[in-house]
Amino acid sequence: MKRFIGFIKKEFYHIFRDRRSLFILFGMPIAQILLFGFAITNEINNVDIAVLDHSKDATTEEIINKISASKYFTIKQMIAREADIETAFKKGKIKAVLNFEKDFSKNLIKEQKATIQIITDATDPNTANSITNYINSILQNYQQSKNKGIVMEYQIVPQTRMVYNPELKSVFMFVPGVMTIILMLVSAMMTSISITREKELGTMEILLVSPLKPFQVIIGKVVPYIFLSVINAAVIVLLSIFIFKMPVQGSLFLLGLESVLFIITSLALGILISTIAETQQAAMMISLMGLMLPVILLSGFIFPISSMPAPLQIISHIIPAKWFIIIIKAIMLKGVGLAFVWKETLILIGMTLFFIGLSIKKYKIRLE
Amino acid sequence: MSISLSHISKSYKKVKAVQDISFNVNPGELFGLIGSDGAGKTTIFRILTTLLIPDEGTATVAGFDVVKDYKAIRKSVGYMPGRFSLYQDLTVEENLTFFATIFGTTIEENYDLIEDIYVQIEPFKNRRAGKLSGGMKQKLALCCALIHKPKVLFLDEPTTGVDPVSRKEFWEMLKRLQKKEITILVSTPYMDEAALCDRIALIQDGKILEIDTPEAIVNKFPKTIYNVGANNMYKLIQTLQGYEHLYSVFPFGEFVHYTDKRDSFENADLKSYLEKAGLTDIHIEPTLANIEDAFMELAR
Repeated sequence: MKRFIGFIKKEFYHIFRDRRSLFILFGMPIAQILLFGFAITNEINNVDIAVLDHSKDATTEEIINKISASKYFTIKQMIAREADIETAFKKGKIKAVLNFEKDFSKNLIKEQKATIQIITDATDPNTANSITNYINSILQNYQQSKNKGIVMEYQIVPQTRMVYNPELKSVFMFVPGVMTIILMLVSAMMTSISITREKELGTMEILLVSPLKPFQVIIGKVVPYIFLSVINAAVIVLLSIFIFKMPVQGSLFLLGLESVLFIITSLALGILISTIAETQQAAMMISLMGLMLPVILLSGFIFPISSMPAPLQIISHIIPAKWFIIIIKAIMLKGVGLAFVWKETLILIGMTLFFIGLSIKKYKIRLE
Repeated sequence: MSISLSHISKSYKKVKAVQDISFNVNPGELFGLIGSDGAGKTTIFRILTTLLIPDEGTATVAGFDVVKDYKAIRKSVGYMPGRFSLYQDLTVEENLTFFATIFGTTIEENYDLIEDIYVQIEPFKNRRAGKLSGGMKQKLALCCALIHKPKVLFLDEPTTGVDPVSRKEFWEMLKRLQKKEITILVSTPYMDEAALCDRIALIQDGKILEIDTPEAIVNKFPKTIYNVGANNMYKLIQTLQGYEHLYSVFPFGEFVHYTDKRDSFENADLKSYLEKAGLTDIHIEPTLANIEDAFMELAR
């Protein structure tokens, strides 16, 4: 036991004396979560738009006021002629132009119909789509308030309700994903690098010719990273609660346990990588290519799994991150307990045992 | 026997690293493996320290088989690999404490064993190992290999890349350790260090050329060696290589070591031959053979 503690102490020296690894350990989680939370977002806020009002009557003014009163849009510019629309877009500030037809009010009363053209800058299709939807819903809202008291013969009014994330905040979607990526990266990449570093520097040779047993070396490598990863997970959860006001509906304790499970899965993967890779660089490349990419692309973090082609859906099943994201989304956003995620938890446990077994089998007690 | 190898062979893919190596090292002996780079010295060390499994043959260290009883060997030997293999980001003291701990001992417990060496690096005990000079690094590595009082000590080229003064000190330390009943197997590419061993094995291309005491190996040298000097070393060697009675020539310090084919060597004959070739300051005198001469002769 004394040997073991001595080994762990040495590992902490390594971690705290290497500025680069310290930065990856603590700087990256915070940077990533802030980046995903603030910068990378699908929501629209204060979008600059322009208005071309051919009619300039009471109704159009009312609509324009309603739109500019919403926090989503800022009316930056009033355009006088059709020809100026193009120039407004080309300057790049304006994301959409509202074009009211001539005699808007009159048409509305006379023909029960008036037209607004919504022109959006679709160089960014997602934003263009959202802008159109937002303006549409503001217009619909206005229409309904106008039609109050008038009985129509048939009318289907869809009432949508977004549950678990009513404001459709994208940070709610990113937090579980970023947490997964960071835990995976810190645990798998850092352990595999730290084990291969011993190989590269030749210290593994001395460790092998010592009474330390292979599992003591491996556990000694892993324990500090479990500890640091748990701190990381806690930092991410705290950041998302206090900065992004993300509610954690379920039990924090369960969330913690599941995180520890996933950390162990990632560490087992890291050990497995270190049994294959001979150099630190190889270990890093395998971790990045073999773990990061699948986590980002195939775990359902960014692209929904259900809309992937069938072969990719099958591949996504073997990615541990996919199961972890399902679990933490369920706990954080839906507030469910273990009764609802036991299947995913069991799958993760199974994968972990498999990886550990495989790495013990592949671990070399000699140099070849 | 402290170390015993019998008919050990080992190949890496297509390269035969060592072939049919057999030798014994007695308890308390300082045994040297002498050979150039790539001769197979490191492979022998790795087989004996249980890091590699031999393709053929058997070997024991401190009575334990290197394949079957590898765990017992790992507890009772000290190993200093050829490359500096300590933690560069740990201080001198932290390195030593770490190695003491993983062998289940403390610095204090075996301090008497390392004292002579450690006092030299103690002033730098809070310095990171990576910032030490070459000689200091080797002294620290030796301390780390000794801290658990091993029965057998394996030192793979401990003095490569170390300055002459530190090399000399290092060998003096080995001599002192030997008195503490530690069997030492050391390898070196420096022939002058060979003379300091009790017995040596000369190795080339994975084969043993000769095993004996350094004196015996030198005495077995069959020819008389002449120190030959002249004003132009390069031209001297070239000219000698064209001499009809030449047996061997190779540079040795400021002279060349020359041996002749004939039993009765004529000094004047060679001198006039060299003068004809335009060399001046010619100097020829017999000298004693050393390990390097013996090695070159055996390696021919």
